[in-house]
Amino acid sequence: MKNSIPKLLLSLMITCSLFVVALSHPAFAVIKLDKIHFIIPGGAGGGWDGTARGTGEALTKSGLLKKASYENLSGGGGGKAIGHLIETAERQQHTLMVNSTPIVVRSLTKVFPFSFRDLTPIASIISDYGALVVAKDSKFKNWNQVVKAFLENPKKVKVAGGSVRGDMDHLVAAMAFKAAGGNPRAVRYIPYEAGGKAMAGLLSGETQILSTGFGEALALARAGEVRIIAVTSEKRLPEAPDVPSLKELGYNVTFANWRGFFAPPGISAKKALNYARLLKAMYSTPEWEAVRKRQGWSNLYQPGVLFYEFLEEQEKVVGSLMRELGFLK
Amino acid sequence: MIDGILSGLSTVMMPLNLLLVFIGCFAGTFIGMLPGLGPISAIALMIPITYGFDPSSGLILMAGVYYGAIFGGSTSSILINAPGVAGTVATAFDGYPLAKKGFPGKALAMAAYCSFSGGTIAAIFLLVAAPALATVSLSFQSSDYFALMVLGLTAVSAFAGRGGFLKAILMTLFGLMLATIGTDRSAGIQRFTFGRMDLVDGISFLLLAMATFALSEALMSVLKKDEIPDELKKATAKKIGSLKVSKAEIKEVAPTVARSSVLGFFVGVLPGAGATLASFLAYGMERNLANDKRKKEFGKGSLRGLAAPETANNAACTGSFVPLLTLGIPGSGTTAVMLGALISYGIQPGPRLFIDRPEVFWSVIISMYVGNIILLILNLPLIPYIARLLAVPKQFLVPIVLFFSLIGVYLVSFNTFDIQMMVFMAAIALLLRLLDFPMAPMLLGFILGGMMEDNLRRALAISDGSISFLWERPITLIILIITVLTLLSPLRSFFSKTRPSK
Repeated sequence: MKNSIPKLLLSLMITCSLFVVALSHPAFAVIKLDKIHFIIPGGAGGGWDGTARGTGEALTKSGLLKKASYENLSGGGGGKAIGHLIETAERQQHTLMVNSTPIVVRSLTKVFPFSFRDLTPIASIISDYGALVVAKDSKFKNWNQVVKAFLENPKKVKVAGGSVRGDMDHLVAAMAFKAAGGNPRAVRYIPYEAGGKAMAGLLSGETQILSTGFGEALALARAGEVRIIAVTSEKRLPEAPDVPSLKELGYNVTFANWRGFFAPPGISAKKALNYARLLKAMYSTPEWEAVRKRQGWSNLYQPGVLFYEFLEEQEKVVGSLMRELGFLK
Repeated sequence: MIDGILSGLSTVMMPLNLLLVFIGCFAGTFIGMLPGLGPISAIALMIPITYGFDPSSGLILMAGVYYGAIFGGSTSSILINAPGVAGTVATAFDGYPLAKKGFPGKALAMAAYCSFSGGTIAAIFLLVAAPALATVSLSFQSSDYFALMVLGLTAVSAFAGRGGFLKAILMTLFGLMLATIGTDRSAGIQRFTFGRMDLVDGISFLLLAMATFALSEALMSVLKKDEIPDELKKATAKKIGSLKVSKAEIKEVAPTVARSSVLGFFVGVLPGAGATLASFLAYGMERNLANDKRKKEFGKGSLRGLAAPETANNAACTGSFVPLLTLGIPGSGTTAVMLGALISYGIQPGPRLFIDRPEVFWSVIISMYVGNIILLILNLPLIPYIARLLAVPKQFLVPIVLFFSLIGVYLVSFNTFDIQMMVFMAAIALLLRLLDFPMAPMLLGFILGGMMEDNLRRALAISDGSISFLWERPITLIILIITVLTLLSPLRSFFSKTRPSK
């Protein structure tokens, strides 16, 4: 009895840890082409994680893919995973890595020494547009009023966001004010740890505007405490038909935080094409539609070369804005 | 309201749902025991499993997992000094010494009772005051949070007795310095990363906690000879699993539990504060309220020192559902995951949830409550077995602790640099421990430091660089005054010596 309990405990713990290992680190060996191993450069529960797992779920449930496995590899703002994928490219013939706009931003700011050019871009699959939000009882009823107040005194319009200074939420706000003729450097951006906390800051009255992703903003707006006053898409979004796009209001600015997949460098063109085709086929399945709806995503399919060109363009736009903001020399 | 409660109760009481709570609590406890897997990952792991369920069953399972994981986290803090989540760091302060003294069963049972009481009292608050509190939670701004973090830091004084006040302060500063590593949120630039990609995101809490608490503790026990002779150990091994808490002890901790529940709940309601700050504040408060004799016990296995953070932690977790359910604001990582889960069921938390779908609102609250009860029922019989972990001979226990803390950190990031960093930090911690520096103030400084800096810089940016918010915002001012009074409290105890004790 005396011995059996430590043993029991030990075995329980080992089983437990195996369970965890199995959950988060399955199937190294990918033999058939009908298996995809997803590398997620961030932790469980984040945006990248949701995209990879949601895609994997739709692909396997719809029968397009026999088996999907996932690997969370965080560190270095996503750079660790990119480095790993490049280093082990030969072993990663069945691997796709999820990524998004930060790969462009962070390669510009030299957070990591890689860029999308070091990988094989497969396709962007979804996008989350930027949204500008005010509290429900805000004195600002529309974006034009905000612009007017900003041009009068930028200090009076404090912008909350859920990302670090110089990252997406800040860039969206700076872009929007720049398009209105303001000085992007004058934007008072107040960073919070996450979108939820930024919203609490907005509602506490310490900031006047919230810049965040549309998906998150929609969830917050549905709760009824805030209003979305503009989005950064080309046209109005079907999920929020009452909210005008900045472009429609006459400000020439669009911004899409895309999410998409990359294969390791040097995979064959045929393989890359197959991945892009697989993702394309996924769009027409009801399983994908269920995932997309659940997460509030907008489809944005740009395969191969189109994706590459889109990334180059985004790098140019974001780069010049960041130079203007003083984040790049 | 009564109708809502009853319908919520009847949903939860369905056999299938009760079974789910059970499974959830059980799985949650074991997941939570592994350092590195806290409530956030436990819930995130459950979300895909619950897609096929109807919303209330899914939520019930998640509530079970949630409470289970919190309790599991306390277990590893108490038994092997390995706080896997920030909220249970303060639990280790007194829980681990108590377990080491030969009362692991008692410590675990106490933790279970306190979690239960904290959760229960907070759930009652939630029932009666949720909508009213929502507005209160929004009145807090960055400067107020800054003041709260400063107040939290005064808990450091609890460790002044052990290694000298100066050592405690030095370690706090060390922790504050470690918190500055990584990308500076307010300026968007990197600090102290030495050009290393691995340091861009800063040092993770888990890594530091495992290195300085669990790893260095295990290594320390190899270096130091056993304080307890083997025969005595054998004698205590028999009562090691004993859950007995005497009447006098219950009497002693009852006021602590009551105070900490209230404090924990209110701190939890604030979207920018959370369970960790609540546990530190409660710990500091209890120590400050204790008389001189009791005060000396803090950090050495004080029951009150264990009860306060455990209660506050759970009360705060319940409290954090107030902004989530009534405003749709996730104030913590866990509630953010919960929000995602709720939305995926087509439930939109917010002011209208209570009106549009009262049955959901109530079943969430009731299921949280039932999760709490089931956890107590499930864990009390298990405690004697879990507690015996400490009866495992050192030559086995030390490798187990090393294995779990290293694996726990690695499984979160899959980054080998983290392991190297952890061993490096453990070596530093070992050295500092040999020189009698306390580790807890460093972790306290590290956890609160980042939040404190962020809030201060936000407050400064919002007031355009002026520090006038320190006296212009009433909430900030009041909290800062409390902080000053706390710091001056040694004077109070000096006066109380001249009075007869109560």
